[in-house]
Amino acid sequence: MRGLFAAVMLMGIYSFLGASWMLLLDAPDVAFTEASVGAGVSTILALATLALTTRKAKTPVRRPALPLLIVAVTGAALVYGTLDMPHFGDPEAPASNYPHPSYVERTEHDIHVPNVVTAVLASYRGYDTLGETVVIFTAGIAVLVLLRGSRKRRPPGGEGERAP
Amino acid sequence: MTDHTILRVVSKLLLPYVLLFALYVQFHGDYGPGGGFQAGVIFAAGFVLYGLIFGLTAVRRVAPARMIELVIATGVLVYAGTGVATMLMGGNFLDYDALNAAHPSTGQHYGILVVELGVGMTVAAVMIAVYSTFAGRGRA
Amino acid sequence: MTETVLDTVLGLYNYWVVIFLMMTGFYIVIARGNLIKKVIGLNIFQASVFLFYITVGKVSGGTAPITAEGLEVYSNPLPSVLILTAIVVGVATTSVALSLVVRIREAYETIEEDEIYAQDEAR
Repeated sequence: MRGLFAAVMLMGIYSFLGASWMLLLDAPDVAFTEASVGAGVSTILALATLALTTRKAKTPVRRPALPLLIVAVTGAALVYGTLDMPHFGDPEAPASNYPHPSYVERTEHDIHVPNVVTAVLASYRGYDTLGETVVIFTAGIAVLVLLRGSRKRRPPGGEGERAP
Repeated sequence: MTDHTILRVVSKLLLPYVLLFALYVQFHGDYGPGGGFQAGVIFAAGFVLYGLIFGLTAVRRVAPARMIELVIATGVLVYAGTGVATMLMGGNFLDYDALNAAHPSTGQHYGILVVELGVGMTVAAVMIAVYSTFAGRGRA
Repeated sequence: MTETVLDTVLGLYNYWVVIFLMMTGFYIVIARGNLIKKVIGLNIFQASVFLFYITVGKVSGGTAPITAEGLEVYSNPLPSVLILTAIVVGVATTSVALSLVVRIREAYETIEEDEIYAQDEAR
């Protein structure tokens, strides 16, 4: 696909479909976030990048044989790895039994917050969320540092701007 | 986009509801789906919509870059400050039980509200800042 | 025998869908030279990992983990928590990547990987 605009739009649609699937899988909080972040904010940011760079991608010159082979082998290895995995929706799966699911009931008593996701996010795993917030803070600062300030054009023919 | 009357009118009608919905998601996150992360993004989406339709200078008038930068830092400070406050009140870092010793679960509730507010502030401000630097880059 | 094969396929199809999406993203990252496409590929890869976590947390017959009277089985809230924060962190890192792309374009006048290499070697 040569048009980057279409590629970005497809990425937004993909995020939105992913969000719908997450809603079906009983994760409304995540679906909510994915719909607003994936389909909303990242699409807008990617479009803004297109406006600052270019809308056309070059026709690839490389032949896709080697990447296809690598992808096929990796995919086959992963599929082989899933053969031992617990089946979809299995209540006996280790992921659903450790920690023991009774903590969901105990949350109601300990924290008085019906939405267990919020309770775990902000209270049980408060440290982790603090870390995530700092990551977002850092990313915001990084973008400001990279893009704030005057736009320096390379003088035509000169190489002075770039660091070695 | 200044000559698209329908877009201007519709987005002006929608904006208050977008922001109100963000606040609802922020403060109702304990009972239904929602919380600081989602609310921050929705709040920022309101500003992005405003910027797309009315231009970046309009957004900068509502939310000056300086203020946005302050809010980015304040959100993290609110979060970490809650942890320090619980330590000062005799608990561990981010142990909200200490906020209300008589009713630990009420303390937990307060703690979650404040912490989510910090998250929401940082996320919203970062998203607005990122959008406006990207949009402002083109004309600088 | 056919019964068990069918069971396996029905029980594991969610992982295979995720692996397909993951490999699509991986392919874009390694086969395309355009930097914006690489970022899109990384995004697809990342979203497929999110989907993987969420499918692991699903419990048959469960509901969303918001406690209420009369509900017994809830899907696992832990993957939701992890992925919720990961999505927002993901968009933050994506924005850093995109701003790097913008800077590269300003420095090299192109966002095609091979042209950037060519310029670097010509110096």
